[in-house]
Amino acid sequence: MTTVERDNELSSTVGKPLLDGADDVKFSVRKLAVHYAELQAVHDVNLDIGQRQVTALIGPSGCGKSTFLRCLNRMNDIIASCVVQGEVHLDQKDIYAPQVDVVALRARVGMVFQKPNPFPKSIYDNIAYGPRLHGQADSPSALDELVETSLRRAGLWAEVKDLLHRPATSLSGGQQQRLCIARTIAIQPEVILMDEPCSALDPIATARIEALIGELKCDYTIVIVTHSMQQASRVSDRTAYFHLGRLLEVNATDKIFMAPEHPGTEDYITGRIG
Amino acid sequence: MTDPRHLARRYRRARLLRWCCLAAVVFALSCVMLLLFDITRKGIGGFSVQRLSLSVRFDPELLGLEGLEPRPEDLQFADFPALLSASLAALIPGAGGDGSQWTALLDDNADFLLYERLLADPRLLGTEVGFELPLSGWAERYLDEAGSKQYATLVEAELLSTLDWLVEQGLVHLRFNDTFFSAGDSRSPSSAGIHSALLGSLYTLLVCFLLSFPVGVATAIYFEEFAPSNRWITLLEININNLAAVPSIIFGLLGLAVVINFFGLPRSVPLVGGIVLALMTLPTIIIASRSAIRAVPPSVREAALALGASRMEVIGHHVVPLALPGMLTGAIIGMAQALGETAPLLLIGMVAFVVSPPTGLMDPAAVLPVQIFLWADSPERGFIELTSAAIMVLLAFLGVMNIGAVLLRRRFERRW
Repeated sequence: MTTVERDNELSSTVGKPLLDGADDVKFSVRKLAVHYAELQAVHDVNLDIGQRQVTALIGPSGCGKSTFLRCLNRMNDIIASCVVQGEVHLDQKDIYAPQVDVVALRARVGMVFQKPNPFPKSIYDNIAYGPRLHGQADSPSALDELVETSLRRAGLWAEVKDLLHRPATSLSGGQQQRLCIARTIAIQPEVILMDEPCSALDPIATARIEALIGELKCDYTIVIVTHSMQQASRVSDRTAYFHLGRLLEVNATDKIFMAPEHPGTEDYITGRIG
Repeated sequence: MTDPRHLARRYRRARLLRWCCLAAVVFALSCVMLLLFDITRKGIGGFSVQRLSLSVRFDPELLGLEGLEPRPEDLQFADFPALLSASLAALIPGAGGDGSQWTALLDDNADFLLYERLLADPRLLGTEVGFELPLSGWAERYLDEAGSKQYATLVEAELLSTLDWLVEQGLVHLRFNDTFFSAGDSRSPSSAGIHSALLGSLYTLLVCFLLSFPVGVATAIYFEEFAPSNRWITLLEININNLAAVPSIIFGLLGLAVVINFFGLPRSVPLVGGIVLALMTLPTIIIASRSAIRAVPPSVREAALALGASRMEVIGHHVVPLALPGMLTGAIIGMAQALGETAPLLLIGMVAFVVSPPTGLMDPAAVLPVQIFLWADSPERGFIELTSAAIMVLLAFLGVMNIGAVLLRRRFERRW
């Protein structure tokens, strides 16, 4: 019995939450528990997240999947009552260690939110804000180039190349969300966290974002929270099912949708709960 | 199935409520209009003045200045009233005596204007100079209320008929009252002006804004972004909110006790006035700034944090720029309050009789509302007019400030 197998035995999660040595592990989460004051939102989660893969987190509302996602770039720090216990390692380094700089961490782990939240500035300034902040462009022309490549990668360049100095808020919802993705990749992160990025979008805009996720996974590790099981099955390589703050099952996406091991997972994906 | 009678009753109730709201608006508006109309009616005369065109020859003999090169000290003792009487006698035909009976037509300060002119240019001695001299208070009112013979019993008939004759000859002109804007306070209505009060208000508000805006905004940022939530912070918050309801005269007492008696700053100066008004304005600015900060959508903060902005950068780059229009609105409301404030300034000695305009923050000054208070208290009839005129200037000042605020706000909002 290998160490990984033994760890898999120890956790209450069925399937394959931990990756073995053959895969590149980006995040390894051990015994994670999150409390909001009295309320415990996440219980004892053990999960590995593979490099350059899409990992989908699914589960009914209030199951703790968004809270879990926000632990990966320490966005929960801004909530005063939130207490995080356990370990989260990014490239074998504990991100909750006292000497870790949150600002540097968030530059490595970018995030896209549920509702498109462009800054009330021009399209150009939205993209340029991060690189300017981190001093990633030495000259105005380098910044222009960075803005263009980021917008191209997010598939937005053709639509906005003549409107760069128009307010970002004048774009449509789907365009705004792609702008937010472009803004995130402009600072060249290693990981992109997406918290239900398509829940406020129509099917066509959703399809474009999903195609984008497919392209981005060649370079980035992506963790996506979604309410839509179809979306999880379309875009992800591995899927984790959360229920009432516990991680019930993790497996390769086709496996979890074809042959779920846990009865709770089966109930959820067949539409009996959630 | 809704009962149609019930529905009709609901509509009737809605209509009634609408009429009540409309009536309230009409009532409030008509009160304001009545006030504005009354002030304008009384004060409009303060902006104009009746002047008599009079040609005066600076006769050295009449003045008692036989020496050819008079020194400024000599001019002080020269007999300008006699010169004025003689000039009037030369203008008005068919009268005996030295003409001193006619000086009652002119303002008490008329001979002083002659003195000032000669002092400014002594070479005019011996030459003839055209003057436009202000008429006396009763003459002006007699002309304003044309046809009214109210003054006939108080003033000699001969003077009234002479005044009528002067008007017929076209020698009396209605002129813009530039004294009102260029002079300081005076005991005589015709030479009293709001120049020093206007400057005093300006300096005081400047100090007030420079102190209260940065301090107020910084306090608001601390409370919204950094303050831990414990009992002490809650206590502080409650106290700041209560401070907004403290009677303004208390702030005057504080200024007197702390700023003047303890720190030893002089009385009656705009610096002290500004400090006291800043204390008074602070709660308003803090409360408005806090709600402006709270109104910044959390999604913007999250977006910036997720891009790796530090807490201070989120505040500096996003929260404050977005909250600035709201903060400015609060500041303007506070400033407007401060501009109209009288009570605290009375206690720190800004009721002084100030003739010369202040040249800096440490020069004694009056402010507009205190000047209005002082004039409203004066017995001379001319001050009634001046009081209302000064109120009009105060309201115009307020209007300019508000327009400025709206423009400023629009400029910042354009960047959303």
